[in-house]
Amino acid sequence: MANIAPQLYALLVFMVIGSIVAIETRNLLSAVISVSAVGFALSVAFLFLGAPDIAITQLVVEVLVLIILIRGTILLDNTAVDTHRDTLAVVTSLIFFGLILGFGAMIFGSRGFPEFGEPVMRVSKVYVQTGLPATYAANIVTAVILDFRAYDTLGEATVLFTSILGALALLRREGKVSREEVVAA
Amino acid sequence: MKGMTLIVKTITDFVAGFIVIFGAYIVLYGHLTPGGGFAGGVIVACAFILLMLAHGADVAFSKLPEKVAHVMDSAGALAFLGIGWFGLTAGFFFMNTFGRGEMFKLFSSGMILPFNIAIAFKVGSSLFLVFSALAIFRRRSFRAMIEDELA
Repeated sequence: MANIAPQLYALLVFMVIGSIVAIETRNLLSAVISVSAVGFALSVAFLFLGAPDIAITQLVVEVLVLIILIRGTILLDNTAVDTHRDTLAVVTSLIFFGLILGFGAMIFGSRGFPEFGEPVMRVSKVYVQTGLPATYAANIVTAVILDFRAYDTLGEATVLFTSILGALALLRREGKVSREEVVAA
Repeated sequence: MKGMTLIVKTITDFVAGFIVIFGAYIVLYGHLTPGGGFAGGVIVACAFILLMLAHGADVAFSKLPEKVAHVMDSAGALAFLGIGWFGLTAGFFFMNTFGRGEMFKLFSSGMILPFNIAIAFKVGSSLFLVFSALAIFRRRSFRAMIEDELA
């Protein structure tokens, strides 16, 4: 495997800068586009890591989310954001950031990070070795998510189904009464 | 005029069918090449969303009515569950009981292809419904604004 660390670091720096711009900008549309830039950079990073399945899904979902967010943003009259920050929120965020760093140092400090491409979970090796003979699916990712881990996919489908159901119940047209009808009744 | 300009509409008419074909390819060959039900379903949904953006909601609903999308959403989820239950006939839930077929061919790997198709129907129609809900919401809010102005 070729050394892809420089490309990944460049993408990582780009993503960090994009996230900071998304938080700090005053225009809501700029924030939405910055978040999408982070998502597209993540998709390219997946391609560099040799995961075309995830890259395709990330790219396609990112396009859809960008359309929906822009459409939602341009409906607002005032897209400028007040960047006033609460002191308590900033302090809490910093404390949690320090806690995460501290726990990370506690866990990985003694035994070190796992080698790149050597996952901690050993079950993935079994999947890679027995995936093709057990399922006859040439794409190992599909073999894992639809055969070995089909329960997870069922849960994912249920989550999507329930969220769509909720969104449509909130935004539906039929069966809703206007304020005038309520006042008249 | 509803929707966007004539240029956008013409290009959309030309491209939308190809996007649907590409999405179907991603779904059907999900077990052989990168892709799968989720990505392919989102691509098909994007074709209809493109129609809705370019021509307005009415044209998109004439191609894929809202009721049909509702039925497809629920049918996809139920089909996924039903195929999973079919595995009970051979042993346990989600057991891959269909014939394995020949390796690297389209009809191989048993239940993975039907699973992919069910997920594509489910994901595609539900994401189309999200976007259509947004369009309906927008129409409602504009009408409410105009009514407020007239009142």
